[in-house]
Amino acid sequence: MTQARLELVCPAGTPAALRTAIDAGADTVYCGFADETNARNFPGLNFSRAEMAEGIAYADARGAKVLVAINTFPRAGAEALWHGAVADAYAAGAHAVILADLGLLAHTAERHPGRRIHLSVQAAAANADAINFYAAAFGVKRVVLPRVLSVQEIAAINREISVETEVFIFGGLCVMAEGRCALSSYATGRSPNMHGVCSPASHVAYSEEGADLVSRLGGFTIHRVPKAVAAPYPTLCKGHFTAGDYAGHVFEDPVSLDAAALIPQLAKAGVRALKIEGRQRSRAYVAEVVRTFRQAVEAEAAGLAIPASDLRRLTEGQQSTAGAYRKTWR
Amino acid sequence: MSETMPIPRLPPLAALLAGGVPFALVDHVLGRLTAGTARRHDALFARLGDKARAIFLIDPTDLPFAIMLRPDPSDLRVEALDRRRASGWDARIAGPLAALLGLVHGAYDGDALFFSRDLVVEGDTEAVLALRNAIDDAEIDLAEEVLALAGPLRRLAEPPFRRLLPLAERLSGVALTRITPERGWR
Repeated sequence: MTQARLELVCPAGTPAALRTAIDAGADTVYCGFADETNARNFPGLNFSRAEMAEGIAYADARGAKVLVAINTFPRAGAEALWHGAVADAYAAGAHAVILADLGLLAHTAERHPGRRIHLSVQAAAANADAINFYAAAFGVKRVVLPRVLSVQEIAAINREISVETEVFIFGGLCVMAEGRCALSSYATGRSPNMHGVCSPASHVAYSEEGADLVSRLGGFTIHRVPKAVAAPYPTLCKGHFTAGDYAGHVFEDPVSLDAAALIPQLAKAGVRALKIEGRQRSRAYVAEVVRTFRQAVEAEAAGLAIPASDLRRLTEGQQSTAGAYRKTWR
Repeated sequence: MSETMPIPRLPPLAALLAGGVPFALVDHVLGRLTAGTARRHDALFARLGDKARAIFLIDPTDLPFAIMLRPDPSDLRVEALDRRRASGWDARIAGPLAALLGLVHGAYDGDALFFSRDLVVEGDTEAVLALRNAIDDAEIDLAEEVLALAGPLRRLAEPPFRRLLPLAERLSGVALTRITPERGWR
């Protein structure tokens, strides 16, 4: 028996990564402009207006779609930058924009009626009432669910809403307060939610001290990793600290999401699309992860077992978890 | 980069032979290779932005020398040097030659090499990220750049070169040419 095929939504930080994702089997690619309107505002990354239009044309010619993430929160007095990004994304032919901020959602619904809007994970809409509000107020067609929900909770939400849901299936994990985290802002004065970059590279310093790799963020030492131990990203949430008698990862272990084995349950829970994290990653990562999940999605659609894969070496900490989908805490 | 497929290291004999090549000759070849690559992939300078003026120490840890690079299109500079004499750089990127070539050719992911400790970065982290992302987007093929150096002799050199490349990749485990969706890597 075959089932409806889940949509595979894949990351692209550069035009080369966009082409790689589509060639590897992405149904949809999400990307952002090279400024603070998107949550992966890293040096050398993202798209100019011309590159976005070329990328969308490449996708169109191959039957794929492009979503433009404009998912940071406009700064007071600088809203025009975000308004311009929405207008330019639609003008370039984007299938949808991915938004988080209430004001930007209202602006987009009013100024671009009938155009498709997805709700970013950054909006942290984690229950049916919140999602129904976004759908009714702004015409949101799809919600990217925060990574705090179990499969059972996702199923419960899908029973009470009429819009599509998209869930993360692979990649980096944040602490469980997407769109609300201020850890990086505290250490660097730059906000992931407004400037689009967590642990900005301008504030990160690595040094080799003996056999240890030492990572500092905004002058704070956040890791000291011995030789042959996997290194984490330089984020405070994955920092290694001493608190009282405890020394370790106080907030969160350096580990990435890999929920491939849960694809059948997520499909049964009513999920429409699976999202791969990693716009900051290379085309080598994009090619391998997209190819692996394309096979998994095809297997699921054909009613076959999900093929085994090992993407651990691409994951932070070289470890993976099913995260909150198999939540054992509350 | 993985437990099953470690990054190959340059054999000691090859490193010894590389150490015998005069720096002046290495500089000449690197200079022509870098200039040609910059001409054919000029979009990467836009991605580098003001980090094009940074000085990078590219440090292949299994080679007997390191490379100083200033990827400024208006004043492109590249120089081989004894790593013990290297100073004045803004950012250092160090790892086995195979890892560095694999990054350029899209065989390896930079973050994964960092997680596995195969790649070490120091100094201006913004400059490192900008260079890595610009090079990843540029889809550079160093084999193609080497062939371009042959000029009018390319027609003669290319057929045996292309035949030998896959064999050399199989024997060395190093990505010597750009990875395409058709051929993949590993």
